[in-house]
Amino acid sequence: MAHAENASGAEPEQQHPIGLYLKIWGLLFVLSTLSYMVDYFQFQGMLRWSLILIFMVLKAGLIVAVFMHMMWERYALIYLITVPPLAILVLVAFMALESNYVYLLRMVYLSGFG
Amino acid sequence: MGQTSTATAPAKPTAMGQMASDWASDEEVFKGVSWGKSMMWIFLLSDTFVFGTFLTGYMTMRMSSTVAWPNASEVFSLNIAGTDLPLILIAIMTFVLISSSGTMAMAVNMGYQRRAKKAAMFMAGTAVLGAMFVGMQAFEWTKLIHEGVRPWENPFGAYQFGSAFFMITGFHGLHVSIGVLYLGIVARKVWRGDYEKKGDYQIVEITGLYWHFVDLVWVFIFAFFYLW
Repeated sequence: MAHAENASGAEPEQQHPIGLYLKIWGLLFVLSTLSYMVDYFQFQGMLRWSLILIFMVLKAGLIVAVFMHMMWERYALIYLITVPPLAILVLVAFMALESNYVYLLRMVYLSGFG
Repeated sequence: MGQTSTATAPAKPTAMGQMASDWASDEEVFKGVSWGKSMMWIFLLSDTFVFGTFLTGYMTMRMSSTVAWPNASEVFSLNIAGTDLPLILIAIMTFVLISSSGTMAMAVNMGYQRRAKKAAMFMAGTAVLGAMFVGMQAFEWTKLIHEGVRPWENPFGAYQFGSAFFMITGFHGLHVSIGVLYLGIVARKVWRGDYEKKGDYQIVEITGLYWHFVDLVWVFIFAFFYLW
């Protein structure tokens, strides 16, 4: 379906300067190194978690936005792809509650106190 | 469809207003996006749910286990030149996969510049890096299997570790392997000049979407499985 630029114009011809890709590429290397360092220096607790999550979100965002050209797409596509996965976060929240409950049950019934 | 009448008023619509009219215009929604590209995106969306639920299942097993979870930093350490380097193989695999994403981005760029041979070369390079990744994963699996890790037991701690590990990395490795084949097939067609007549190299971008997605999934596996 080679449909030409339609009248509304500004169709995403996904051609962007190579320099941009190289910069993002470099940035991804830096972020990966940093997240490896989190483990190498054995950060623990909240510091470890927040660093892991920050680096993860930054890397994922750069890949999706630039390498997958999401930032140049129209909102119709952007929202189709980015909104539904939020349901997974709901599942994560439910399962986190559930597993705490299961954990407590196991502590009670598997440790001989039952 | 020859002339598309735009539903929008002369005034430049906001992005939100544009989205509303795209979905409500009673014609194709993804304007300027070929069916191949929109289908790839929708496939990737469904794949997001596959990996999302795998990782959620892993979280549930790990949080509800009363036995200590194996320390990934130690389990995946390698002894190189007399020193134990934690997670080193995983770090190398991460860098290999990110490099492959970079070469893939180059391939897409070359495709849109209609430099077919270069695009095919970059795609082939991407496939080689992908194959390296799978090779290292095979090495890692072999090492763990020799150490007695099984889906139903392991010597390091909670037994669920093995099932989560083999399931998640196995499914990801399968994606990488299929991606290597996919890249090979498309690279060959690009090299042969199959797209020269139409001059449309969007196929490279679509293949690239799949490949970048595989890298994207690894970002999450790396964070949640190996760094947690």
